[in-house]
Amino acid sequence: MSASYALQQLINGISLGMIYGLIAVGYTMVYGIIGMINFAHGDIFMIGAFVSLIALLLLGAGMGLEGPAALLLVLAISMAITALYGWTVERVAYRPLRGSFRLAPLISAIGMSILLQNYVQVSQGARVKPIEPVLSGGIEIARFGEEIVSISWIRITIVLTTLCALAGLTWLVTRTPLGRSMRACAQDLKMAALLGIDTDRTISLTFVIGAALAAVAGSMYLLFYGVIDFFIGFVAGVKAFTAAVLGGIGSLPGAVLGGLLIGLIETAWQAYAPQHLTPYKDVAAFSILALTLIFLPTGLLGRTEVEKV
Amino acid sequence: MNPATALKDAAVTGLVALALFTPLVGLRTDVSPTGGLYLRQRWSDVAILVGLAFAGRLALLAWRGRRSLPTASTAPGWWEAPLRRLGAVFAPLLLAFAVLMPLSAFSWNLGGGFVLPALTGRYELDLGILVLTYVMLGWGLNIVVGLAGLLDLGYVAFYAVGAYSYALLSTTFGWSFWACLPLAGILAAFWGILLGFPVLRLRGDYLAIVTLAFGEIIRIVLVNWVSFTGGPNGISGIPRPTFFGLPFSMSGEPGTFAGFFGIEPDPSHRIVFLYYLILGLALLTNWVTVRLRRQPLGRAWEALREDEIACRALGINITTTKLTAFAIGAMFGGFAGAFFATRQAFISPESFTFIESAIVLAIVVLGGMGSQIGVAVAALVMIGGFELFRDLQEWRMLVFGAAMVAIMVLRPRGLVASRTPTVTLSGRKRAISGELVGQGHG
Repeated sequence: MSASYALQQLINGISLGMIYGLIAVGYTMVYGIIGMINFAHGDIFMIGAFVSLIALLLLGAGMGLEGPAALLLVLAISMAITALYGWTVERVAYRPLRGSFRLAPLISAIGMSILLQNYVQVSQGARVKPIEPVLSGGIEIARFGEEIVSISWIRITIVLTTLCALAGLTWLVTRTPLGRSMRACAQDLKMAALLGIDTDRTISLTFVIGAALAAVAGSMYLLFYGVIDFFIGFVAGVKAFTAAVLGGIGSLPGAVLGGLLIGLIETAWQAYAPQHLTPYKDVAAFSILALTLIFLPTGLLGRTEVEKV
Repeated sequence: MNPATALKDAAVTGLVALALFTPLVGLRTDVSPTGGLYLRQRWSDVAILVGLAFAGRLALLAWRGRRSLPTASTAPGWWEAPLRRLGAVFAPLLLAFAVLMPLSAFSWNLGGGFVLPALTGRYELDLGILVLTYVMLGWGLNIVVGLAGLLDLGYVAFYAVGAYSYALLSTTFGWSFWACLPLAGILAAFWGILLGFPVLRLRGDYLAIVTLAFGEIIRIVLVNWVSFTGGPNGISGIPRPTFFGLPFSMSGEPGTFAGFFGIEPDPSHRIVFLYYLILGLALLTNWVTVRLRRQPLGRAWEALREDEIACRALGINITTTKLTAFAIGAMFGGFAGAFFATRQAFISPESFTFIESAIVLAIVVLGGMGSQIGVAVAALVMIGGFELFRDLQEWRMLVFGAAMVAIMVLRPRGLVASRTPTVTLSGRKRAISGELVGQGHG
């Protein structure tokens, strides 16, 4: 295989990894604060992708808007609606279970995931939804003799949007009062409540932020593959969870790092594995999850948890 | 709460519902004849849903009389005390019903010209077989989840291993069902141990996700390893079971079931036999579980569920305790899988998706994790409910998801929330509230 092919795959892997990283951030934030795996997060991501699709069609066919302005508007609409979904899910399915036995929220989340999947299947139909490419063309970045390596505008949009979203998140977590309460809740929920932090509100807002980032990931997924269906949330969710675990659950930079690694591994598998092994790329991702949990339970950037009895 | 605040609250709920449903319900993406996507508008559906949300919130507020959502209750339900009093009668009654049900598929000549007609038919028997399959799966998973407290989201993998073991062994080597059944169980148990080893150190929700990933890996391999498993096309022509060597056949020859017993050949013989087969297998599962609970191993499982650290401190070998739970749970899954393969005569990876694991888990959870009779009733309710709404394929899964959330919010301990301790100081056994048992900290 040539160097240009490898470079092209590297670019693909990074843009895919960015999407996984965005979803992984949602898992890691919720886990960091209330210690539960939000199993429905993958389906929130799927809802984000669907809202983006609908907004795109609405703006394109209804109002004739196209180009970057339309994309920004799509992103804003999708983030707002999906964030509301995230909030509702927390309010309905998780908040009443605070203080229940530990597996109750997880089982509730599995039910929520099935509910959301079938809700979209019923309301939007089970068929796959293809869109026409929103952006075409790209820029040439390197030339190896005859072969040209180019980055499409879609890839550039994905990477830039993701970086902006992550920068916004970092600012929110490190510089604002809300971020301070979130970090306090992550350290010790009970103590934070004793010190006058409205923990219920903070947890709600964590779900809202996670869902908004998942909506960004959903829009980017729509641009990346150009086709979505109601089932995309399951596999993408497990992969993003793998990314969160690989990076060290609870750690925001870790989630992004894990996402990039998973994206790169998946792309490399697809590009270089022998033909008959290509369908097993999901097995590769799932195996990484198991291997990480067994050999590196704290992940790459996570900290060791000391269990008190 | 005064009416004005309640109205305001319900109005907010309505607004949220409006925002939630407008894009996904109000605007449906459809593929137009030219191939592109277009939006179809359905505002009446949105209006109905928003109205429902508004009215539902009002009703909830009126019922609860306070602002918060109903919180998780672990108190025993009103039905539990009468049910427990009936308990001594209830379980045997249920069993007697299960045993006698197939007999009503035949008409009986009671003598004196009085003939009792057939009350049930093929359909009821098939439904009974389906329910019993899920009862067995529920009891099998109950060992892992209910007794040992290890949340397993990949139980369907063992079901699949059992089904494919029987299918491959019987179609390749021509081995009989009775030879393959133990093998299918052993193979599934082997896979259970194989999964158990790496996840020994994981707890709670991590374990859940890894077992989920394991179930998916098995499914992906089944789909893609075409030369071995037949890929998405599955395996067909799996031999039907025989009555201990006597095949069920319509010919009535001496070597067949009907010929051997000198009765009229009837297609329902095989169905009735399948029914009793799965009933026997399910009862075997129940018997083993009930017996094991009284032995050191079963007590170690329950101790592990309550507190892993205390368990270690008391010198219980965590490794063998967890592995036996996985292995025995998986073995019964494998038996059920072999039965499934012989009943269907055709299997494909489609039957072994995550949703099957979720259904079995929901049965165990609804039954009250650890209660044998609860699991049986839950399987009856759940599979019966699925059958009632058979035509509404997508809707019933939607309701299923909602029901799973609702059970957790309203009754996280399931229908039968109380537990009968296996050992007591005074020697007198009393049911204790589910609130006093830990669950799933392992």
